Amino acid sequence: MRTIAGVAGAIALAFSAGAAQAQSTLDAVQKKGFVQCGVNTGLAGFSQPDSRGVWKGIDVDVCRAIAAAVFGDASKVRYTPLTAQQRFTALQSGEVDVLSRNTTWTVTRDTSLGLNFVGVNYYDGQGFMVPKKLNIKSAKQLNGATVCVQPGTTTELNLSDYFRANRMTFKPVVIEKLEEVLNAYFSGRCDVFTTDVSGLVSTRGSRAPNAADHVILPEVISKEPLGPAVRHGDDKWFDVVKWSLFAMLEAEEMGISSKNIEQQAASKDPAVQRFVGASGDIGKMLGLDNRWALNIVKQVGNYGESFEANLKPLGFDRGLNALWKDGGLMYAPPIR
Amino acid sequence: MLAAGLVLWFFVSNTARNLETLRVASGFGFLAREAGFEIGETTFIAFSAADSYLRAFCVGLANTFRVALIGVAVATLLGTLIGLGRLSSNWLVAKLAAVYVEVMRNVPLLVQLFFWYAIISENLPGPREAVSPFPGVFLSNRGFAVPVPVAHAAYWWMLGALALGIAGAIGFTAWARARQAATGAQLPSGWIGLAMILGAPLALFLAFGAPLALDKPELSGFNFAGGAALTPEFAALLAGLSIYTAAFIAEIVRAGVLAVDKGQFEAADSLGLPRRRAMRLVILPQALRVIVPPLTSQYLNLTKNSSLAVAIGYPDLVSIANTTMNQTGQAIEGIAIIMAVYLTISLSISAFMNWYNQRIALRGAAR
Repeated sequence: MRTIAGVAGAIALAFSAGAAQAQSTLDAVQKKGFVQCGVNTGLAGFSQPDSRGVWKGIDVDVCRAIAAAVFGDASKVRYTPLTAQQRFTALQSGEVDVLSRNTTWTVTRDTSLGLNFVGVNYYDGQGFMVPKKLNIKSAKQLNGATVCVQPGTTTELNLSDYFRANRMTFKPVVIEKLEEVLNAYFSGRCDVFTTDVSGLVSTRGSRAPNAADHVILPEVISKEPLGPAVRHGDDKWFDVVKWSLFAMLEAEEMGISSKNIEQQAASKDPAVQRFVGASGDIGKMLGLDNRWALNIVKQVGNYGESFEANLKPLGFDRGLNALWKDGGLMYAPPIR
Repeated sequence: MLAAGLVLWFFVSNTARNLETLRVASGFGFLAREAGFEIGETTFIAFSAADSYLRAFCVGLANTFRVALIGVAVATLLGTLIGLGRLSSNWLVAKLAAVYVEVMRNVPLLVQLFFWYAIISENLPGPREAVSPFPGVFLSNRGFAVPVPVAHAAYWWMLGALALGIAGAIGFTAWARARQAATGAQLPSGWIGLAMILGAPLALFLAFGAPLALDKPELSGFNFAGGAALTPEFAALLAGLSIYTAAFIAEIVRAGVLAVDKGQFEAADSLGLPRRRAMRLVILPQALRVIVPPLTSQYLNLTKNSSLAVAIGYPDLVSIANTTMNQTGQAIEGIAIIMAVYLTISLSISAFMNWYNQRIALRGAAR
């Protein structure tokens, strides 16, 4: 009896000691030697394994940028595919270090879910996709339709709000896995598929038996700023992830790309020198190597290169995601 | 006990402290908030996006009950038939039953659910090309739409009469049995009971002037409006669960019947009882003692397996709880609710089956 009590007491002490000092994620990641990144189960252009099992996409590139900043090696990432329902619990519980999974930034997620969004890597909105043969020209004609949607998303809530506001009704078919939802839509179980417009373009291009048979309705019914997120209470890691994303944007704005990074490393421009770490100690301020931004651009590229490689082939244009100088919304704070 | 209590206390306080650090919301206050999402299928409880999370949970629970109760009934019926079929002296029937059991038991349930859902939703035509076997009945990949009678006061009276009829039938059967034990005179209590159950509501129906206004489903816009619909999700879930569990129940029934001594069959024969009566009066009551405990497990399995509904889009309790957990971030409260509900359901089924088992147990000396 006394040995059992002793063992229990020891376990209790261990737990309390562990809980007392929450380790910074940056320290944990550096000790582990890789970044555990939560991504989508397979959304073309954002995070999807290619035919050889290599993960590609703009969300994947954010993860690789973080690894390049922390370790100098963009390949030190391990990916955890997550459905919309699993993603927040995975981040809250510590199963992943960062969630880069086309997740919309909302106040509920920023507060009561215990997450901090580091920024926006894709400005999006929600839309509807219908088969062309239904002859629908506008979302206002969708009264009484059956709509396929994934659960646990802002999509589900915006859908209800839109139909309520326009005094229309609909029948939801709510399926968790993206592959199954698409099967239900393409087999005709639902009349409409709704998700972010980027998701509609991506799935129409990659999964539809015939892309020309489906039309995306003109109405964009919500704002969906998609970006990576980390846990509350971890300022050091928050700064690292945030500035990794901003480094990619700032590089495109300054004209630095993976193609000319070698020449830029020897540049005499003070702004470029600060960026590549030739002067100043911004890396040290973040707790990283001074060549953090150089490594990001060299191994992953800047935001424009990431967009071109992943989203352009699927038919996306920059639109809202162009740099602020070109009329878009992408604006990074200065690196100094 | 003290050690276990200490460990449990530290798990709980550690969790609370971590949630506090992450500033994740906790507590059950979220149940009063507006849900904001629609539910595709509701059972008796109307629901809209403006209702609370608590109401959403109730809808999910009602949906789970619906599929679990009907699934248990269908699985028991089907399983008993197949189990007895496997014992048949007809070689073809026995072999077919054996093949059914082996195939259905060994394919994972989730695969079977996807199979049924794919068959139902991909092979049926769209609503605009719906098949209509009878006027007013439509079969499409949106479901099986049937006309329903419009609600009328007469139906509530008929329901009351039905309840009275059932009570009367049970009472009459008990009285007839006691009379048979005392005097040996038999009455056809089965037929009389049936007449009571069907006759009382029917008499009331006619007395009210036979009100039968039908709400027929009609194609308007995208779907059928009016009438009731059996959705592909519900049909696929019911088919998958019943067929899978029936295979297990078939083996349990077969084991129960085989457990009865061969001497009982011969004794029943020597009394001149025909085969079917022997089965009903002599064999099955004794087989039930062996059948009921594993049957309880299968019922519990079916109820818990209904949570796989989330994979095919049927809005049962787990599916709605998952959506709620995701929208509010309160995973622990959501899981606690799911666990409490399933525990209550399972304990209730267990308690009922144990009571039934006690009732049919051999009294007095064992064996």
